Amino acid sequence: MKKAFWLAGAMAMALAQPASAGDTIKIGFVSTFSGPTAVIGNDMRNAFELALDHLGRKMGGKPVEVIYEDDGQKPDVGKQKTEKLIQSDKVDFIAGYIWSNVLLASLKTAVDAKTFLISANAGPSQLAGELCSPYVFSTSWQNDQTPQAMGVYMNQKGVKSVFLIGPNYAAGKDMLAGLKSTFKGEVVGEEYTVWPSQLDFSAELTKAKNSKAESIFVFYPGAAGVQFLNQYAQAGIKSQIPLYTAFTIDELSLPLQKDNAIGIPGAQEWVNDLPNPENKRFVEDYRKKYPGLRPTYYGAQSYDAAQLINSAVVAVKGDTSKKDEMKAEMEKANFKSLRGPFKYGKNHIPIQNFYLQDVVKDADGQLSLKTVATIVKDDQDRFADKCPMK
Amino acid sequence: MKSHINLRNVVVALVAAGLVLLPLYSQLSGNIFILTLFTRIIIFALAAASLNLIMGYGGMMSFGHAAYLGIGGYAVGILAHEGIGSGFIQWPVALAVSALYALVIGALSLRTRGVYFIMITLAFAQMAYYIASGMSRYGGDDGLTIYKRSTFGGLIDLSNRVQFYYLCLACLFGGIYLIWRIINSRFGMVVQGVRSNEQRMQAIGFHANRYRLVCFVISGTICGLAGALLANNTDFVSPAGMYWTRSGELMVMVVFGGMGSLFGPVIGAIFFLVLEEVLSQFTEYWALIMGPLLLLVVLFARGGIMGLLGRFSRV
Amino acid sequence: MVLVEQSLNGLQFGLLLFLLAAGLTLVFGIMDFVNLAHGSLYMMGAYFAATFTAWTGSFILGVLLALGATLLLGIVLEFVALRHLYGRDHLDQVLATFGLILFFNDAVRLIWGPAGLALPLPAWLTVPVQILPGVFYPAYRLSIIVVALVVAALLYLVVMRTRIGMLIRAGASNREMIGALGINIKLLFTLVFGLGAALAGLAGLMQAPILTVQIGMGENILILAFVIIVIGGIGSIRGAFLAAIFVGMIDTLGRAFLPDLLRMVLSSAAASTAAPALSSMLIYLLMAIVLVVRPEGLFPAAKR
Repeated sequence: MKKAFWLAGAMAMALAQPASAGDTIKIGFVSTFSGPTAVIGNDMRNAFELALDHLGRKMGGKPVEVIYEDDGQKPDVGKQKTEKLIQSDKVDFIAGYIWSNVLLASLKTAVDAKTFLISANAGPSQLAGELCSPYVFSTSWQNDQTPQAMGVYMNQKGVKSVFLIGPNYAAGKDMLAGLKSTFKGEVVGEEYTVWPSQLDFSAELTKAKNSKAESIFVFYPGAAGVQFLNQYAQAGIKSQIPLYTAFTIDELSLPLQKDNAIGIPGAQEWVNDLPNPENKRFVEDYRKKYPGLRPTYYGAQSYDAAQLINSAVVAVKGDTSKKDEMKAEMEKANFKSLRGPFKYGKNHIPIQNFYLQDVVKDADGQLSLKTVATIVKDDQDRFADKCPMK
Repeated sequence: MKSHINLRNVVVALVAAGLVLLPLYSQLSGNIFILTLFTRIIIFALAAASLNLIMGYGGMMSFGHAAYLGIGGYAVGILAHEGIGSGFIQWPVALAVSALYALVIGALSLRTRGVYFIMITLAFAQMAYYIASGMSRYGGDDGLTIYKRSTFGGLIDLSNRVQFYYLCLACLFGGIYLIWRIINSRFGMVVQGVRSNEQRMQAIGFHANRYRLVCFVISGTICGLAGALLANNTDFVSPAGMYWTRSGELMVMVVFGGMGSLFGPVIGAIFFLVLEEVLSQFTEYWALIMGPLLLLVVLFARGGIMGLLGRFSRV
Repeated sequence: MVLVEQSLNGLQFGLLLFLLAAGLTLVFGIMDFVNLAHGSLYMMGAYFAATFTAWTGSFILGVLLALGATLLLGIVLEFVALRHLYGRDHLDQVLATFGLILFFNDAVRLIWGPAGLALPLPAWLTVPVQILPGVFYPAYRLSIIVVALVVAALLYLVVMRTRIGMLIRAGASNREMIGALGINIKLLFTLVFGLGAALAGLAGLMQAPILTVQIGMGENILILAFVIIVIGGIGSIRGAFLAAIFVGMIDTLGRAFLPDLLRMVLSSAAASTAAPALSSMLIYLLMAIVLVVRPEGLFPAAKR
């Protein structure tokens, strides 16, 4: 019986951790650290930690404490964790968020509490438009932007028709809509699959094959992208119908996709070989600190999120109660982004370039991603006008 | 008559008193989160208590109870989305829809027994899950954010954490009182009689399935209320909250606490959710501990925590 | 043409489901044991195959070793934990094995990491095959169909034509009786459980090259397997076989043709969201209808 009381005591202690005083900068980080997509969360955490190393683990002269929380890729869990970080840990900033649906569920909690939220990946259209907020910034993109760039590239290549396949959730719908908004040819078919559970795409591939479309466009982040490319290759369509992608091939999926990914173009706002000095340092130090791993765009965006937060804290000399000043500073995007040119639209979504990336064998004989061309320059998302913020 | 002062009753009284006093502690310590956490726990305790009514007393193993949480929640969410913010409309609708759903699936499911009953309730819950995923107007898979909590004409403000907490607590105590009255009524006796010997009850002249069905509907309606509370608590409803694993968690809470014990589900919900919160703070691998713990409880602690406390009381 | 290919897709998925469901229905039918951890064995089969293939460098060798390993794991699991749950009520079994799922998922994450593995195919299995003039089909999916049909036939022969099979059938219809006849029932149970585990492992490792190998891969498909054995009637291999193919077909054909049907009545956007949800729902609808009409499934093994 004593044991039970001891356990109860320990639980009470753990729940009753007092909020520490304002001599540290507290940052909450919500991402996915369990389940098959935990690799993405780990990459984001690695890059965020590296950014803190580069900043001397201090912002505006104060030590930084980061609390990482796992959303399990579930909107309801992400929302709970956001609540906990804001109410219990009383964080000054909350960052992370891979998934559009998790972000949409968590948004109200952060905005109501007037806590700054920095999305390091998710970019649902609502966030750029009607739900934009003075307390929310993005260091990634709005979902539609990347596939829009892909559509522009497909026009350049003279592609006449396309078959679209994507997952049935917020980002999936945005991605396919984005492609449709710039692609000038005919959209022969459009298929949505159950997310994230459906991994067998045989029915969809068979339809695409028989649709007589000239090309296929897909959006499958994480492990689903591996499965899609596998099945695409095995069905023997690779030689018949070329594939165009967004967020489907990255440094995390490439070791599993292997040769299946060769020759399949993708659009991206960051590629590991972008020539600016900050990026070179980031990629080199990342590979040094985490042997065997390579940074992805998820990591690069998280690194930028840390830099953005730092710029705000430095501007107020560590006094995080000055929210208006921090907001004004962040709107200037006064930091060196890893992707080079970077400024904010009035809806706090970046205006930036998008590049064409290709899969090549690098000097070590490993597959890696390489910038081929700049598809669009200084691109702003198409929802900025719907944002009521000035 | 046994003495009423035994370990089990003392623990129950202490927990109840603790729940009543919790907002005071939260105010004094400035820890708002503990209030948020326990609001959630109380809502799940209500859902678990409703499940306990049919599982513990009625012998009906429903593996689809999360569906009511979703239905109650979506009733609130959809009405709010369409501009009907009054709780006087939202909540009765939530209860009525849950009751209707329980009536239909209960009438069909009660044709089966045992594991087939577990599976058919699961099937219906999965259907509800997929229907919610398919409603593109209401967010589909991504769920629906509720921008304004239910209003009760200035009577009570659900956005006030403390007021909302006490509302949930009142619902929980009310629900448990209702269940207590039911199991001690003639109706409740028949339902429990059917569980232990259906043929005998049939032979005496009771229509076993009618009693079962009424019990099933009451349980579903209470759980629908929990769903309406949960939606207001999270400001959000999504199909994920109706997935079969959520139904499994409710079952785990009931069994942890002690099946067929009035207050057991409350203890089970506290234990499960606090343990999950605490373990996930210490380690990402919390399931590595939770999983075997579950196995051990099933193997060695039949009757759950309330059973254990009861055993200590007898010594 | 499209219909032929989509039917093959459905058949392949159905047969894969059968392999998983066969073990489940045997264990359920004979030991009266609900094993949610069956999905974990399916996952372990895939992880073993990926690991052993990487070690040995041979796909075939890796697969054979993985089969043995899953068989062994099943036997150990039965011996250490699960045999204590026979005779307990189904709820206890469901909860205890639910705990095992949590355990296995995190154990795999600890051992192999969260990223998942790849199980590459040998080159001769990656090419499409011409099955009808102008109709190509992936060789590997074709080989899944062949292997699963062979296993189904073997299983049928073992269960219907051998002494072990006779005991298994007897066990499914009357457990006490074969115990009373002096059969070593504990050994029989362990054997059947190991066989079920190996079948689950086989299903897991066969789908691995198409769907890769990841944590939690067994959970969604496990529920489908349960649906199948309930539709087919618990303990009935024949029922599981027919129900599995039925479910596989409904799932695939629903996904293939439902969106276009819905677009005739709904706006395109609404249809796009509703179609995947609806086609997933069809399977559960089927199960509910079967149970309402026949409360013990299509082919009840025996009256208890």
